[in-house]
Amino acid sequence: MHLLEGEQVTKHFGGLAAVADVDFYVDEGEILGLIGPNGAGKTTLFNLISAALSPTHGKISYKGREITGLAPHQICRLGIARTFQTVKIFPHVPVVRNVMVGSLFGTGRRTSEGEALKKAEAALDFVDLTPLRDVPAGDLTLANQKRLEVARALATDPHLLLLDELMAGLTHTEITEAMGDIGQIRGRGITVIMIEHVMHAIMGTCDRIIVLDHGRKIAEGTPAEIAVNQQVIECYLGQDTSGDEEDAGS
Amino acid sequence: MRTTTFTRTRIVSLVVLAAIFVVLALLPTFYHGYWITEITDILRYAVLTVGWVIFSGPTGYMSLATAAFFGLGFYIAAVFNGPLPFVLVIIISGAIAFIVAMLVGALTLRLRGVYFAIFTFALVLLVNSVVLEVERLVTGTRGRFVEQESTNVAYWAMLIVFAFTLVCAVAIRRSRYGLALQSIGEYEEAAAHSGINVVRTKVLIFATSAFFMGMAGAIIATRRSYIDPGIAFNMNTSFLPVLMAMFGGMGNLVGPVVGAAVFTYLGDYLLSHIPDLFMLIFGVVLILAILFMPNGIIGLAQQAWRKIRGGGGKQLESEPEGGRRAPAGR
Repeated sequence: MHLLEGEQVTKHFGGLAAVADVDFYVDEGEILGLIGPNGAGKTTLFNLISAALSPTHGKISYKGREITGLAPHQICRLGIARTFQTVKIFPHVPVVRNVMVGSLFGTGRRTSEGEALKKAEAALDFVDLTPLRDVPAGDLTLANQKRLEVARALATDPHLLLLDELMAGLTHTEITEAMGDIGQIRGRGITVIMIEHVMHAIMGTCDRIIVLDHGRKIAEGTPAEIAVNQQVIECYLGQDTSGDEEDAGS
Repeated sequence: MRTTTFTRTRIVSLVVLAAIFVVLALLPTFYHGYWITEITDILRYAVLTVGWVIFSGPTGYMSLATAAFFGLGFYIAAVFNGPLPFVLVIIISGAIAFIVAMLVGALTLRLRGVYFAIFTFALVLLVNSVVLEVERLVTGTRGRFVEQESTNVAYWAMLIVFAFTLVCAVAIRRSRYGLALQSIGEYEEAAAHSGINVVRTKVLIFATSAFFMGMAGAIIATRRSYIDPGIAFNMNTSFLPVLMAMFGGMGNLVGPVVGAAVFTYLGDYLLSHIPDLFMLIFGVVLILAILFMPNGIIGLAQQAWRKIRGGGGKQLESEPEGGRRAPAGR
């Protein structure tokens, strides 16, 4: 049984199929990459998994149980946490309280405030934000706000973490750090699905990659297979094989 | 070190609060005059404003439904006061306002921003017409007589309801609901994806705030001999708490109380002394307040205090939650 599995997942916006008949799965302990040109449906797929949107048809199962139709908070409490392409933090709330939202409400268990605080502190420590714990989150740099989102997601004790363009807008050094972080997250037994445009990061981190284009899955395989896939090169990689920060923007 | 000064300020403010409450509670035993009525009126608006701030403060959902819940209290008092003891009437009013708010909230709290404000505004008109029609069809009358309570009884009842409202408001702020409401106000989507049941939280706290409004309505109704839907569901009851909260500042709970007190007194004073210019002066004061005191009277006082103390490092308790928020939603 796969940890997460989608069957013929489809989402129409009016006449446009943002995601069309996509079958996908991720196994426990895997790091799955999701790539494709802008507008390929990657973030829409994340929104469908995390229940920000509900699919037009198709079904998504998690640990063998169908999760389509649940509310976002239920998905989170089941163990699927996410970050956002454009950061969504609580700007006037201190950093540590931002993370506490996750540990207090997102674990699926009744958590005391003391326990939630400890968990939040541990998550902050993991992303190296401890020195900034009392600063309002809106005052952080973009890189730190992204780290904060990761900490908030980790504080919910996820089994599966969805990272939406974690590295977009980061410097080279920060990208290297973020790659290390993802490795460590897997080391904690958390399965990861990541959307990314920074090609060397995705090639270096993922076990398997799914390529979307115009809402359809056009390829799937190991990084080595994807790198030489003719269709992928034509529609995506061909633009710029080095894939540096220029196409790392949203 | 920081914690000790913190607890000391807290103890001092608790003692001051308790002292004020005791003085207010004993006031009618040695004083019988205009101020009993005036303070009842101030407490009424303090209950409505604090009640409004409990939900609308942190979430940024601007509710204009206050008059609906307050007016329901009026009608419940008109029907039940006399046959049932006053205390029970107050509690029933709160409970019915709570239930109506739950139903309304479940329908409307999916709406955001201005749509929510407009719907709650329409709710007052809707309840108003429903009551008007029901009265016309069932009793064939327009208004009702209310079994009156004495000035002092109404005063004490309002004082107790006010204390209760304030304690609940503080408890909600300190509890996990406080953080949940604030994160909903700052970024609802992120709150939902971090595990907060946003619909349930909003509906529950919206209904809780209506509970206090309903109780205040039941008490004020007993100070009038006659009510009709126009009196009970007066739109001013919806707008004034919003203005009072802005005027006082929503960063902490002292702001709404001070805002309600100053505004109520100013309103009554102007109305009785210069009725012709009442609205004009009132309007000017409000515009100035919004322009120059974005964090309300309390924000202004804190700024002054910080200056006096030479900017001593400690932040005042209310600051982190104060003032403006980022727009919710995308």
